[in-house]
Amino acid sequence: MSLDKPYLDVPGTTIFDAEQSRKGYWLNQFCMSLMKPENRARFKAGERAYLDEWAMSEEQKQAVLARDLNRCIAAGGNIYFLAKIGATDGKSFQQMAGSMTGMSEEQYRNMMIAGGRSVEGNRSLGDKR
Amino acid sequence: MARITSSVYTSHVPAIGAALDTGKTQEPYWQPVFRGYEFSKQWLKDNPPDVIFLVFNDHATAFSLEMIPTFAIGTAAEYAVADEGWGPRPVPKVIGHPELASHIAQSVIQDDFDLTIVNKMDVDHGLTVPLSLMCGQPTAWPCPVIPFAVNVVQYPVPSGRRCYNLGKAIRKAVESYDAPLNVQIWGTGGMSHQLQGPRAGLINKVFDNNFLDRLIADPDGLAGVPHIDYVREAGSEGIELVMWLIARGAMSDVTGGAPPRVLHRFYHVPASNTAVGHLILENA
Repeated sequence: MSLDKPYLDVPGTTIFDAEQSRKGYWLNQFCMSLMKPENRARFKAGERAYLDEWAMSEEQKQAVLARDLNRCIAAGGNIYFLAKIGATDGKSFQQMAGSMTGMSEEQYRNMMIAGGRSVEGNRSLGDKR
Repeated sequence: MARITSSVYTSHVPAIGAALDTGKTQEPYWQPVFRGYEFSKQWLKDNPPDVIFLVFNDHATAFSLEMIPTFAIGTAAEYAVADEGWGPRPVPKVIGHPELASHIAQSVIQDDFDLTIVNKMDVDHGLTVPLSLMCGQPTAWPCPVIPFAVNVVQYPVPSGRRCYNLGKAIRKAVESYDAPLNVQIWGTGGMSHQLQGPRAGLINKVFDNNFLDRLIADPDGLAGVPHIDYVREAGSEGIELVMWLIARGAMSDVTGGAPPRVLHRFYHVPASNTAVGHLILENA
């Protein structure tokens, strides 16, 4: 009997469940290491070498190097962990969130000021079609 | 005996903390947010609690993926302010209340809620931003705080019903404590927001205001809302709102008392990526 995962049909959304967490364990733990200033400095000094210290998949490493947060999330990353990469780069949470939407920073900021993204048409994949 | 006198509900957006810490509260973008808490700051000064029981979530700060407790109660004497990657917020350390916290842990566990007991935990914006919103920028927080961390990061998070029932057990625990303490319970997080994926930026004012209405008048019905409704309607991070049900479950009307008085209600969009909601309910 399989688990009930009704959230799989929410568009543009990856729920960080036990399966994603297992897949992303080392990616997220790498992110966690960036909480320490000395690790941030070492990562900045040589990103690839620092990533190679972790048991991450090549896809996870490439996604981090490209700063492609959607790709990181597909590879098991969670936004609160991935935010440590953004903090290391000096990015705000709004810049990080906006980077996943295909909008420019200004477009995203203006959308939020105008009341945010509407839920209409965004509830489910069927809704979206 | 100790008693819960009121409950406070508020979002805990990190950018609000940053705006306070960097002196941006008078900027047009932030003014309406902080105006919504002016009443609350005065009210807290006029009605100082002895202890705040503060329900929040850790955002991959104290808890990595090494350990993911569903419910964790802080029983330490004090808690350091965490460095979340931007350096620690310049706010006072948090003083705990180990005696009451341990008492609550014992009572609530005997009531079948399997809490994790935490004696070392740096506290992040989830806990410090609500304190800043309610207290401003003091050199010390006005009273001891019992941090109560809920996992809302890795799915499945506890259900609304579970949270609501836990609130009832917390009130029972507080009322069996043999000292005349005035305790406030705060539920934090939310309201609608999504921080990830192409759907990031989702806000749902209708859902949020309906949530506030029902939290006041129909908390038992609201506790039955399933996770998927939060995810669809309020965004993947909107699920933090289940934490408000812990505070609401601790109010006396849920076991037959009179309905609480609504002292303050506030709603504003946006603060960064998030809808800000805030309520103060006082036991009648």
